[in-house]
Amino acid sequence: MELKTKINAEDGKQDLVIIREFDLPLELLFKAFSEPELIEQWMGTKVLKLESKKHGSWEFETKDNKGNVAFKAGGTIHEFIPDQKITRTFEMANTPYGVQLEITDFEKLTDDTSKINMHVIYESPAQRDEVLKLPFAQGINWAHNRLEEIVSKLK
Amino acid sequence: MNLRRDVFQAIADPTRRAILLLVASQSLTAGAIAANFDTARPTVSKHLAILTECELLKQEQNGREIYYYINAKNMKQVADFIEPFRKMWDDRFNKLEDIMKAYKTKK
Repeated sequence: MELKTKINAEDGKQDLVIIREFDLPLELLFKAFSEPELIEQWMGTKVLKLESKKHGSWEFETKDNKGNVAFKAGGTIHEFIPDQKITRTFEMANTPYGVQLEITDFEKLTDDTSKINMHVIYESPAQRDEVLKLPFAQGINWAHNRLEEIVSKLK
Repeated sequence: MNLRRDVFQAIADPTRRAILLLVASQSLTAGAIAANFDTARPTVSKHLAILTECELLKQEQNGREIYYYINAKNMKQVADFIEPFRKMWDDRFNKLEDIMKAYKTKK
């Protein structure tokens, strides 16, 4: 099945672009990025702090089944324009991957469809490639952990 | 790493991705591959040359014919590198879409 998400990552560059169109009105798409309880649901992480405003800061944390912190990330919000744009920094705690700048533009396509363009800039090309190799493994782990939880409840 | 750069240039083109998908299921001659596309034969030949150069395809002489087949090792390298990352975001965004659709109907 064709994935709806496009990623442009040219070799040797220190940035990448994530593009996705949604069957959602722009306002709902933006809401999913600005309200903690919604982010928790689709990112599969706990939102410890999220100040959706200019010069606000944010902090996410994910624990594994045993309660150990598997992932912790945070940063500051540099720009927050409702239904248009979120600019923030992103840094994973206790990793050597440095800080990344994320510029997310929201665009209305029709009354019922919308699009995001996430431009992610890393400290260096090498760091981008390291991060590219890294988070998917964690993403799979998170999904797996959730799956385990669901399965364990079924028994 | 030159090889990787070439690999990513190679898969950036939709026709070349289609060729890779086609050859993935069975080895084919250049003529058989070209028959699947509206593109002119020399254009397909050029795509095949690029895919062969960056070692995503390999050639094998069989009698008078040259067959193209997938170089699994390098294809895997490509898939390993960016596809899982894309898949992770796609999964997240699919979930976002589902959650917000439910949210919409609740309102």
